[in-house]
Amino acid sequence: MNSPVSAANLPKPALPLLGIAVTALILAVVFASFYYLAFNPLDLFTVRAMSSIGGFVGRFFPPDLSAGFITKVAQGTIETLAISAIATLLAAVFGLLLALPAANRFGRPAQQAVRLILNFLRAVPELVWATLMVLLVGLGPFAGTLALALHTIGVLGRLFAETLENRSQAPARALVLSGAGPVTAFLYGTLPDAAPQLLSYVLYRWEMNIRMATILGFVGAGGLGQILYYELSLLHEPQAATVMIAMFGLVMIVDAISSKMRRLQIHAAG
Amino acid sequence: MSLGFTLNRVTLLHANGQCALKDISLQAKPGEKIAIIGPSGAGKTSLLNMLATALRPTQGSATIGEQAVWSLGKKDLRKLRARIGMVHQQAPVPPKQRVVTAVLAGKLGQWSSTRALLSLLYPLDIAGAWEVLEQLEISDRIFNRCDELSGGQLQRVGVARVLYQSPDLILADEPVSAMDPTLSDTTIASLHRAATARGVTFVASLHAVDIALKWFDRIVGVKSGEIAFDCTPDEVSPERLLDLYASESNVIPVQGVTDVSNIQNGIAPTRSRSCGV
Amino acid sequence: MCQTFRMALHPLDQGPVESSEMQQPVRRDPAARHRLTSLVLALLIIWPLLRIAQFDPAVIFEANNLEVFGNFLKQFFPPQTSQDFLLLLLKAVIETLAMATAGIALAVVLAVPLGLLLSHSLSISRLGPGPGRRLGQGIRTIARLLLLFLRGIPEIVWALLLVRVFGLGPAAGVLALAITYSGMLGKVYSEILEASDTRPARALLLAGSGRGMAFLYGLLPGTAQELTSYTIYRWECAVRASVIMGFVGAGGLGQLMDQSMKMLNGSEVSSIVIVFLILVLMADAISFFCRKLLA
Repeated sequence: MNSPVSAANLPKPALPLLGIAVTALILAVVFASFYYLAFNPLDLFTVRAMSSIGGFVGRFFPPDLSAGFITKVAQGTIETLAISAIATLLAAVFGLLLALPAANRFGRPAQQAVRLILNFLRAVPELVWATLMVLLVGLGPFAGTLALALHTIGVLGRLFAETLENRSQAPARALVLSGAGPVTAFLYGTLPDAAPQLLSYVLYRWEMNIRMATILGFVGAGGLGQILYYELSLLHEPQAATVMIAMFGLVMIVDAISSKMRRLQIHAAG
Repeated sequence: MSLGFTLNRVTLLHANGQCALKDISLQAKPGEKIAIIGPSGAGKTSLLNMLATALRPTQGSATIGEQAVWSLGKKDLRKLRARIGMVHQQAPVPPKQRVVTAVLAGKLGQWSSTRALLSLLYPLDIAGAWEVLEQLEISDRIFNRCDELSGGQLQRVGVARVLYQSPDLILADEPVSAMDPTLSDTTIASLHRAATARGVTFVASLHAVDIALKWFDRIVGVKSGEIAFDCTPDEVSPERLLDLYASESNVIPVQGVTDVSNIQNGIAPTRSRSCGV
Repeated sequence: MCQTFRMALHPLDQGPVESSEMQQPVRRDPAARHRLTSLVLALLIIWPLLRIAQFDPAVIFEANNLEVFGNFLKQFFPPQTSQDFLLLLLKAVIETLAMATAGIALAVVLAVPLGLLLSHSLSISRLGPGPGRRLGQGIRTIARLLLLFLRGIPEIVWALLLVRVFGLGPAAGVLALAITYSGMLGKVYSEILEASDTRPARALLLAGSGRGMAFLYGLLPGTAQELTSYTIYRWECAVRASVIMGFVGAGGLGQLMDQSMKMLNGSEVSSIVIVFLILVLMADAISFFCRKLLA
């Protein structure tokens, strides 16, 4: 029979050896990182470091609020919005076109090939695309628009394909049976119901693209980023401060609008 | 030009190994009106899907309009499909689409791409859609969204789409299962009228025997994937019907469209010619 | 195209129709006006935006541009694989990984107190009527605003500024990551703590324990897994961000790519891009593996 249950007989709880080992490993890696970089965060708190940081920060105040410069910043803001809007629009159209083969409406080999392209577009960061596009079309917002569009096509294409795959193909198939081509069958059979979800992806991506568009200018792709980079390289800190306030304000306003819209959407759907 | 068809020794196996149709041979001359009856799961839908070129026979051949369906190139297959109209059991329309667009989609196989695109923005043939919807008595719903319709109304939209397509072969898979007797009658009447007007072949699978007997010249009984009988309505005897539906119940399904009490009461019709299969 | 549109506005006649069957004349599409207005409005907005964004596809095909870019692309094959360069790549990769890890570590150190400050679960003033309610709310609002500010400015902007203070090199990148990610981590930590089962912590607080103890014994056990999981996910993002920050001089793989691009050295750029893609995949795999381990 079984031996009587007693404290001695209970299986010993395994020491969280794995947990301890992993934690130790993580801490070791962290310290190794600091060591490799020859970076000691405590150095920041020396009097010298703090006063130099303080001095640097001081040069930003007061920000330049002259009418002329504010106009320039306003134009930059509109340029940033334009870049993000056109790029997102292009990405929505081409992403949808590419989503059809990616969702297996044209056969397996096409699906694999297109998926590969979309993944590549997605994986390369927007800023890297921007440097490439500046090479292609020169400095300015056009490069930024193209760069954002290319990256977003990868993102939206994949999101769209997943949405399409999850939907019933019955309406589109019925249309194909009555002689329609795959694209028309999609437009009449699948799109009407998929449209709201696709649209919400587009809006969500637009919001993120506005954030991205503000910094693409660092490599010369237009918008507020280009103004900031320019002013900083000339050591015009007060002007830079104004641009940064504009950037921050833009992101905050977009954030507020989108969370309000999300709340409205939940109300409407409920 | 109306399409006839020939199914020659067709067997259909589903992906999971189930046998839907066993060694079926069925032939139709252009312009015939055929009703397919039988219990649920007998293979009626598979048979219709085969005729609609949605399913490919595992064995045997399918010829529609003198063309061997599965040796056609993509373009020719599309052209053939544009001449075949199928009313599905559940209308395959997206809920958010409006009735007018759903009906006009019937001619997508015949329209150019430009026309199809423009019609999405503004329906290019409202009058044509209105006319077919009027025959089915739902023209007042032409601009409603499909998710605002009842089951019976939605089925009629599916029928309207096929009517608008003006195909050379009309197929219908239980097109009136969600409708009351009067409506069923009107709907089948519209399909019948359209088929007769243009002399096209009309094949419908029906669960209700009385509708089949009333509207069709040829009754094909399907049971367990095989053809049980293939004859004119007069030659359909109560024994054969009971045998057909034995797996389902002891009662012959009717929808109250016509009086078939003599068959239900087991009285044999006057003509007792045997059916050839 | 024009002609078909004009046809569209006048519904086609399908031939003779019996007047007795028609109860109403065929109507025009009621949605047409609304759609037309939306279309016109959209065009009115998009057209100027296209001008502002200087959208001009013809520029792509200008002979000069195409030639320069084409030559650059041609250099992509084969990618640069010389011994010296590969060594440079390796160092850059290690530097990038070190930057990401150090940055996240600092961010965690900053985020934990901020998150705790922000979280309602440890708020004694919210337990019930008593002193300090206003003060508690005030502190939480300030903490929330601070986190918003830290998150709101992209890390690359911080990097650009910090490069002015600390010079070129990874130090600027580490601090930039620490600043922005402390904001993100702080917010998410507070959300995780609030969404968890707060009863053990509340019980401890009611029994008079200090906030620190209440956190360690009441909240941490239940939420540790989720907190760590999110932190590892952020580490993966940090790896990508470290590469980006290199473009403004913060070291690592990004700075290498920036230099190679400025010299129009296509083969080097293609090597770097390949290594970058591998790095991102690796970080993704490590992150996935660690999070699986936690579950």
